[in-house]
Formats: sequence, C-alpha cells, structure tokens
Amino acid sequence: MSKGARAGALLVSFAALLGLIVFAVAGYLRSTPPTVSATPSSTPGVVNLVMQTDGAVGVGPHPSWVGYFIQDANGAWHQTTLIQLPTHSTVHVTLYEYDSGGNLRNTVWSKIQGTVGNIAYVNGVAENIVNPNSNTGNGIAHTFNVPGLGINVPMYGVSSTAKNFCNAGPCNLSEAHTTITFQFHTGGVGSYRWQCFVPCGLGYVDGNGGPMQNIGYMAGFLKVV
Amino acid sequence: MANFVLDESRSEESTKGHLTKILVIWAITSVIGMALVWFVLGPHLPPGTMTDQAQGAQFDIRLVSTLVVPVLFFVWLFFGYSIMKWRVRPGEDPLAPGANISGNSKAQGAWYIITTTLVLGLAAFGTYFLVVPAGAGGAEGSSPIWRPATKNILQVQVIAQQWRFTYRWPQFGGMETTSLELPNNTEIQFNVTSLDVIHDFWAYGLGVKADANPDYNNIAYAKTQQTGKFVVRCDELCGIWHGAMYNYGHVVSQAQFQTWASNMETQNAALTKLLPKYSLTYTPSYSGAGGGYYNTATDPNANL
Ligand SMILES: [Cu+2]
Ligand SMILES: [Cu+2]
Repeated sequence: MSKGARAGALLVSFAALLGLIVFAVAGYLRSTPPTVSATPSSTPGVVNLVMQTDGAVGVGPHPSWVGYFIQDANGAWHQTTLIQLPTHSTVHVTLYEYDSGGNLRNTVWSKIQGTVGNIAYVNGVAENIVNPNSNTGNGIAHTFNVPGLGINVPMYGVSSTAKNFCNAGPCNLSEAHTTITFQFHTGGVGSYRWQCFVPCGLGYVDGNGGPMQNIGYMAGFLKVV
Repeated sequence: MANFVLDESRSEESTKGHLTKILVIWAITSVIGMALVWFVLGPHLPPGTMTDQAQGAQFDIRLVSTLVVPVLFFVWLFFGYSIMKWRVRPGEDPLAPGANISGNSKAQGAWYIITTTLVLGLAAFGTYFLVVPAGAGGAEGSSPIWRPATKNILQVQVIAQQWRFTYRWPQFGGMETTSLELPNNTEIQFNVTSLDVIHDFWAYGLGVKADANPDYNNIAYAKTQQTGKFVVRCDELCGIWHGAMYNYGHVVSQAQFQTWASNMETQNAALTKLLPKYSLTYTPSYSGAGGGYYNTATDPNANL
C-alpha cells in the first residue's frame, strides 16, 4: 500500500470513529429524560408533585412501554422519572394511575411503607394495604418504591375492561384511573433511586427488561437538592 | 542451591557461603514479618468476627497471609541478593559465559518436597475448614451435607427480587420483612431463593455467601457471636439497579431481637395473611407482565 493510501485509510477510520463517538454522545443526550421540579405550594416546607402512570407512554422511542409523566409548575406533562425535590420538606404526591393491575410477584409490596402515617389515600380512602388479589379486585398496577427513603406505595389498577381505558399517554382525567395521594419527607441532600416492583416489562425476561431497566419509564431518581 | 546461576569467575565465596547468608537473613526477616502479619494485621483482617463463619474466614486469611510471608521474602531476598552480588560490574564483560548449569539434586528435591507439602497441606487445611464449620458460610445447595450440630436453628428465608432483598420468617408466623435483624449467639440457617433472575446473597460481615436462584432453595449456615451492623449485597449482575441492591442488617441481643420480631409480627399481621403460604421456593407465573408468585404446587402455569 502506498503512503497516500495508508494515510487515506487512517483518515477514513479516524473519521468513522469520530462519527461513532458523536453518534453515541448525541444518542445518549437525546435519550436522557428531563428533570422536572416539584411545584412549590403556599405552605412553607411543602411541595406538590403530580404524576401519572400509563400503560403505554404513547410518545418517544418506545411508545408502547409503560411509564410515567410528571407535571411541571405550568401544568405541562413530561415523560420522565427524574424528579427534583427540596431538602427537608414534605412532598404532597398526587398520582393518577391509568394502567390495569395484576397479582404482585412479591405480595410484601402491597403494604404502604415510609409515607406520612404509613398510609396512602386510594380514591379518597385511607389505606395501609392495597388489595393485591386480582380475583377480588383490579390488582396492583405498579409500585412507587424508594429504597433509600423506605417508601413503598402500591398502585391499585384500573379494570382492563373499563370502557374509557387509556391506551396511550399522556392520559387525561376523563379516562379510567385510580387517584392515589400520599405524603413523604425528603430529608437531606441525595439522589434516591426509585423503581417499580411489579415486573411490568411485558415481553421481556421475567417482565424485568425494557421499561423496568430504563430511566424515564419504571426507574428513576428523586434528586433532593 | 544457588550454583546454577552462580558465575564462579565472579565469586570469591563458595556457594555454601551465599546460601547460608541468604538463609540467615531470610529466617530473621521472616520471623519478624510473620509475627507482624499474625499479631498486628491479623485481628483487623476481613471479614471480622461477627459470626463463627466470619471468624473462621478471618482465621484462614490470617494463617495463609502469615504462611505467605516466608515464601514471598525468600523470592524477594534471592532476587535482591542476586542483583547485588552477581550483577555485571563496570569493566566486566556482560556477555562472558557463566558457569555451566548443571542439575542440583538437593535443590530439586527440596523444591519438590516444599511445594508438595505446601499444596497438599493447604488442600487438607481447606477441606477440613470447609467440612467442620458446616460449609464455612458457603451455600450448600438444597440438601446440605454439612449441618451444624445444634437442632436449635433460626430459619431466615432470603428472597431476592430485582432489585431488593426481603426476608421471611417461618418461625414467626411466616411474616416477611424488608429489614434483617438477627439475634446474637444463635445458629442461623439462611434459605436463599429468587423470584426472577440469579442474584447472590452476600452478607460479607457474617461470612455468608449464597447464590439466589429462582425455583431453588440454597442453604448456608452461620452462628452469630457479636452484635453490630453488617451489609448485605447482591453479588450477581442482575440488571440496572444491581449496584444499588444492598441493605444493612444488625446482629442484636436476643431480647432486642424478640421485641423486634414480635413487633414486626403484629405490625405485619394483616400483610402476612395475604402472603402465599411459606414455601422454600416460589414459582412466578410466567403468564405475562407482573405475575404473582405461587407455591410450585399451586402454580396454574407450572406445567406450561
Ligand atoms: Cu411498573
Ligand atoms: Cu441482584
């Protein structure tokens, strides 16, 4: 091979490598979901967090995956699981759950833990345990679980045969949903991972792939700053 | 011993003289080094002494670390001595032929005897200390050959799930907890299983490590002997939160444990009723996303 050809080959490989790196970095940046801050309330030390859980997010690269939308201060919904919260404050969470439920793989997650009073209001009723049996109810759709804060909130599912079942997000309140409210305290600065304990990655091994392993769907962080 | 590297033309002393010198320095430094490792470093070696198994592991590491000192020192000393004594000095011909290498039956014999003794000794030592302390904290599968002598054993079921451990207590009404407290001075049987992929229950401070396989009960034993905090980690790559799959446990006094356990039993009474019957393994339903877990016998999908 001549000197020129070798230099050319080197240049082409270098350009290809550079292109690959740019592609990977751009892909990474593009796929990182936004961080949404909880909305300040009129009560000092209290913030509001409004979220929805959808059976299919309906947007982005995986519209059929289950996932979350978080509402910002202007009322706009963002498909993400990255939430920014202030330290040492009480978070009032309102969660609209639009997905159908089933039995829990581990029934221990039917108990509400780590919230104020260890309770959550499910459609207005205070509960400490949410019925996980899909034969006597709708079952559990997902769980909001923050190991670092000891929080576990199971979400009662909606009937899969509901007439106005939301098939693609972002869903709205005219569609079948469970309204779940609860409060928790944030504590000090930290990045707390959270996940779902319903293996809801349909079509993946043991239901634990896809949305269960991707930030923005069933895995996320509470960024307490 | 050293004569197969010794260039007679460069040496004024006999082979024996060199060897004696090396052996003397070696003996003195080794004794000092071994004492330092055994007495100074030894008590601080991992994994501590919280259980008999942890203490056993610490003893093994301590003993092997001490035995390694003379071997290491001999290699270093011989290397250092050779560089100092037999290096090419200014004015010498670096390419000059050295003494012929010839067999030295004494050196060879010593080599065979020393290495064979070391390897066989370690094998015997390792086997003895695996069998005698009931598997040495390692998992023994679902029907352990080596069991602790006592019949008074606390059963703790470790359930791994992507990505947390939970614990079930058959002797406390089959309750399930997200925290792990253990009573002191108690023989414990860990029954380790998984609800999805392979995880690994690694309670390093307890000297216990057992793979958590779905549909399988993996048993390990340890006897607590010291109160304190320990960490439980997952030690099999199991997905996005594998690195975050850990929790802390405590060895507490027997009275504290009884209080904790009965509080938990009361607090969890309503939840315990909803749990599937206590079983050594739980077979998840593979019918789709989600999927409750079933005792194998009652799993409607077991034959699919
Ligand atoms: Cu989920
Ligand atoms: Cu794991």
